Formats: sequence, structure tokens, C-alpha cells
Amino acid sequence: MTAVLEIRNLHVSVEDKPIIKGLNLTIRQGEIHALMGPNGTGKSTLAYTLLGHPNYTVTAGQMIFKGVDLLELEPDERARLGLFLAFQYPVAIPGVSVANFLRTAINSRRRANNPDDKGISIPEFRKLLKGKMDLLQMQHDFAGRYLNDGFSGGEKKRAEILQLATLEPEIAVLDETDSGLDIDALRIVASGVNTLAGPKLGVLVITHYQRILTYIKPQFVHIMMGGRIVESGGADLALHLEEHGYDWVREKYSEKTE
Amino acid sequence: MSTQNEELAKLSEYKYGFRDDVQYTFRSRQGLNAEVVTELSRMKGEPQWMLDFRLKALDVFNKKPMPTWGGDIQLNFDEITYYTRPSDKTEASWDDVPADIKNTFDKLGIPEAERKFLAGVGAQYESEMVYHSVQKHLEEQGVIFLSSDDGLRQHPDLFREHFGKVIPPTDNKFAACNSAVWSGGSFVYVPKGVKVEMPLQAYFRLNAEGTGQFERTLIIVDEGAQVHYVEGCTAPTYSRDSFHSGVIEIIVKQGARCRYSTIQNWSSNVYNLVTQRAVVHAGATMEWVDANLGSKLTMKYPSCYLVGEGAHGEILSMAFAGPGQHQDTGGKIIHGAANTSSKITSKSISKSGGRASYRGLLKVYKGAHGVKSSVVCDALLIDDQSRSDTYPVIEIDEDDVTIGHEASVSKVGEDQLFYLMSRGLDEEAATSMVVSGFIEPLVKELPMEYALEMNRLIQLQMEGSVG
Repeated sequence: MTAVLEIRNLHVSVEDKPIIKGLNLTIRQGEIHALMGPNGTGKSTLAYTLLGHPNYTVTAGQMIFKGVDLLELEPDERARLGLFLAFQYPVAIPGVSVANFLRTAINSRRRANNPDDKGISIPEFRKLLKGKMDLLQMQHDFAGRYLNDGFSGGEKKRAEILQLATLEPEIAVLDETDSGLDIDALRIVASGVNTLAGPKLGVLVITHYQRILTYIKPQFVHIMMGGRIVESGGADLALHLEEHGYDWVREKYSEKTE
Repeated sequence: MSTQNEELAKLSEYKYGFRDDVQYTFRSRQGLNAEVVTELSRMKGEPQWMLDFRLKALDVFNKKPMPTWGGDIQLNFDEITYYTRPSDKTEASWDDVPADIKNTFDKLGIPEAERKFLAGVGAQYESEMVYHSVQKHLEEQGVIFLSSDDGLRQHPDLFREHFGKVIPPTDNKFAACNSAVWSGGSFVYVPKGVKVEMPLQAYFRLNAEGTGQFERTLIIVDEGAQVHYVEGCTAPTYSRDSFHSGVIEIIVKQGARCRYSTIQNWSSNVYNLVTQRAVVHAGATMEWVDANLGSKLTMKYPSCYLVGEGAHGEILSMAFAGPGQHQDTGGKIIHGAANTSSKITSKSISKSGGRASYRGLLKVYKGAHGVKSSVVCDALLIDDQSRSDTYPVIEIDEDDVTIGHEASVSKVGEDQLFYLMSRGLDEEAATSMVVSGFIEPLVKELPMEYALEMNRLIQLQMEGSVG
């Protein structure tokens, strides 16, 4: 069965300030969506809200994933259900290696399904991780480094993609994965996402710039402004934005977003 | 009702809290006086000089005021039993150890560890070492690993030459107390050039309520020799407080190496007031690895006196302070010779109202030129009720030195927790992952078996920490 994430009339506040004001969006496994828009329109707020960051309060609306109301779930339960967020600013966990972290994450999932699960064996895990690193053309010594600790911008984003590859979610949100990357790093990260994309993965690419969309081809493009999606279309919509900027969107929707 | 439940919860968290019903061969009357000291010394059949030493130390103990710094010591010295004799001699075979006591050490996994990865084991129950054994090939090379009482009996001259020289009874009130009623502990001598590859381990167990344990350890590492000594400790949980006050004296001779590791896991009714000091000669290295997870209050500052040119001292200190616990720990390094170097790394974790204090002294004497030292203390707070303090003292009387000092306090961040939880770890697993990462630089210094044990203990401490 195809996993579906359905966001209905979502309203989100941060410290009592409304940021998202009635957002509707449906993403299915196998689809690639791009969510674009100027800074400060609530794109990242959507990403954090989907995973349940405690600072983001849903004041109205629903988020239904695989028939389950996400508002009833803690962030870890949402993750184990099959949601993934690639962070714009991945957090450093000093002293915890990438491998140790991923093995713990995998085991958390297995134990949630079956409390008696003994966890993935070390040889089995090594094989899995090496396979994923090969797939993403990563050096194996990456697994031994402390998670995001002293990583360059590009390394942090690649580590996010490695986690995406290893945890195999059904829907992944990539929050400004292109920010802070030079063109080579961007190409590497994008090709990683393309390697993983397919019928089993639905992707929501959140981005300010069209740049990343020359590498990751979305079937659906949405423009967000003032806390809502104001335009939706195909890949050509992104190209239109690239040529004309956001001004025409601002003009067209300024009254409505005020 | 709720307090009873809390007590039960505490008991279930601390897995070493079981008690044994042991028939002691002797238990002195409560309180500390010349009569108790004399009786103890007579029972041990000690030479007169030791009895004199003890009585003089008792005098020092009585005259010295309680320290006005550190932790809050609510001990009633008159209610402590200072000497408890579980069996009449130290055995070299577990089969000869009284069955109920052997059973305890079995439960603690000591004989099993001995078979697997230790060069020698000493096991102290209350006041006496009930077991002491070292591998045959080490004995043949002249390595001595005995209880201190047997050390005094069998090697009187070597013992007397070094005993009480590194830490005299006048050093502090608790060293004086130990000097008056010391019993048990290890006597270690590693001859010139002999390298003991596997660790020697001593295990300390307090069983009875309101009991004092005063082990006395003397380690002499002769020129170019090498040894790693490990101590572990546990006790049952009682409502009445117990008192553990050890004195550890170490002499590391020219070019030798000594590492002393502690995994202290006393139950939360034990006052743990310990003095540990090493004199480090030219080109020698002393390393203290000091992990304090248990006890009600620990005051312990392992020290290195670097007295020979090129000596090196290192202190790795780790403290975990849970509910009702105060870990006042750290270290002291005294640079008394040229081109000596030192490093202090301290990591503390406070949770659920626990308090961890780093207390350190770094001193460089005039003329000790070319000294290099670095001190790094990091504290991690798990929640808002917990507390961390840093009391670093640095006294430098020499200009030609390189000193670095860094300190940090961090809180387990909401962002760290959210990041880990967004990958499927629940809050407890996420918190515990941040904590194990925090102490990783220290844990990786331990031999694998102890690193695993340490990680397991930390997991245990973290369980139920998230409401």
C-alpha cells in the first residue's frame, strides 16, 4: 500500500505568533515535491512541525500519515512510522560515531515493533552501512567520525543523506539541503537523493532557490507565501520562478497574505 | 507511601544493593578511640611501631577540625563500626573463602573476570581482604600483590620504608582516620623492568549497616616497571550511612609507569572520603582514571607529585551525580621539577538534582622550568534542578611554563534531543546517547571490559531519568 502524508488546513504558531496559516498538501510515496518560497514564509516551520518539534504549536488542522494522526505522536514515534527530516542545520553529537548512532536508531525501530528484538548484529549492520556508503560514494571512515562534530557544511548534508538511505523512510523532508553548499557538494548530495528516489520514497524538497531542482527533478512544485501554499504546478513552475523571481508571486498574493 | 516507593525505586535502580547475612568473626564496638585502635592492632598481631603510628594518627584525627569546604558531611563518627572482621585470613583460593562471601563476589562477577582478563585479584569484604591472588608467572618475576596486612607481615622492611611517606596522617582529617584504623587494601611491588600487562584488580565490598571501611593501599613501581591497578566498589543501600575512607600511596620510580583506575559505585548512603597520591620520579608516568558514579558524598582528588625531571602526570576524572548525590572530585598536580608535564581532563554529569563539583589544584614551583600542563573540565547538566561547580586553583611560581585551562558547562540541548528523536530514538535513549558521547573520550581510555561496564552503568543511571 502506498504511504500517504496528508496535511489539511494546518495552522502553526511559534511563541504565539502564527506562522503557518491554513496549509494543504498531499505527498505520496514515490512522488517528488518541491516547496519553494521566499525566506520567512514558514517552509522550515512546516518541516519541524511535521516531526513534532516542541517549540512549534499546531493551533488548527491535521497531519495524517499512513492513516495515523501525527499530532498524537512524539517525534520518535513519527520517525518510526516512516517520516524523515533532513535538517537544514544538523546537530552535532560529540562522542557518538555515525555508525553507533545509526545502529541505535535502527535498533530503536526494531524494538518498537518487537520488544524482544535483540537488535541488528554488528556484522549485519556493518554490511548494511558499507552498502549504503558505497551507494552514496562515501568513504568508509566516515562511519567512525563523531556525528556532525567538526563536519564541513557538505559533510553534514551528506551525513543526512546517509541517514536517509540507512533508515529507509517512506516520506522524507529535505529542509534547505542545498543551503551553504558549493556546486560540487550540491551535486553530490543531489545525486545521493536521486539514487534513493523511486517508488518507495516520497520526497519533499524545501528550498529557496531553484538551483537544487536542476539536479533533483520534482513532479510537483508548490510556492509558499505568508504561511500558505499559493501556487502549485509542475516542474515548469520552478523554472518560471528562476526567471522571474518571487516578485510576481508577492504582487499577486500580497492582499491575501497581509 | 510515596517515600517508600521512592526508596524501592532507588533500590531497584542500584543493582548491587543486595545484602548478605554474614556471621562476622569480630565486630568492634561503635566509635573511634584508643581502645578500639589497640584492640584492632593486637588482633592483627602488628609490630609496636605500627600501633604507635596508629595511636599518633588517632590523636591527629581528634585534633583536626572537619574541613570547611567541599561537601556537607553529616557523619556521626561515634555511630560507625570501625573494624569488622569477616574471616580470619586472606585466602588464595576462592574455595577457601567463606561460602556466603564468595557468593557475593560471584554475583559481582569477580572470579569470572579474574579468569578472563586479570593478572591478579584482591577482594575486600568489610575490613579485611578475604581473597588475594596473583598469576604464578608474575610471582616468579618477583611481583608482590598481597593484602596490606600480609604485606606488612611478609615484607616488613619494604613496607615500612614507604608506608605513610606519601600521605602522612597529618595530611588531612580523613587520612588521619584511615591511618588510625586502616585494614585491608593492597600492597603491590613491581620489580625493576617488569611489565604487568594485564590489570591487577581490587574489589571492595561493604555489607553491614553503619560500617566503616578503611583500606590502605601502597603501590611501589620500581624503575622501568609497569602496572595497571583497578579498583571497584559497591555496597547495599541502607537508611543509615556508611563511611569509606581509603588512603592510596603510590611511588612511581624512574622511567616507570603506573595507571590506577577506579570505578566507584558505592550505594547512595556511603560517604566516600578518600586520599590518593602518587610521587612520580624522573621520566616516569602516573595516570589516574577516576570514575565516581555512586556514594552520597565523594571527596576525592587524586594527586601527582612530579618530583623528577621529565615526569608526567595525568588525571582523567569522571563524575556522575544523581538524586541526593554530591560528587566533589577533581585532581591535584604539583610540578616540583623541570620539564614535567601534566594533563587533567574532567567530565561531570548532573541529573535529577545531583551536584558535581570539580575541584583542582595545579601548582608549579619556582625553578620547575619548561613545565607543560593542560586542564580541561566539562560539565553536562541533564535538567534544570541539577548543579555543577568548578573550583580550579592555579599557582604558578615560575615564568617559563605553558599552561592551558578550559572549562565548559553544557546542558543536554532540546535541539540535540529533537535531532536524535527525529531518527526514532525515544527521549530516554536520546538523552543517554548524548551522555555516553560526552564521556566517550574518557571511557575509551579504559580497557575494553571496563569500558563496557562503564557504559552499562551509565545506561543504568540514565534509566528512568526522563519523566
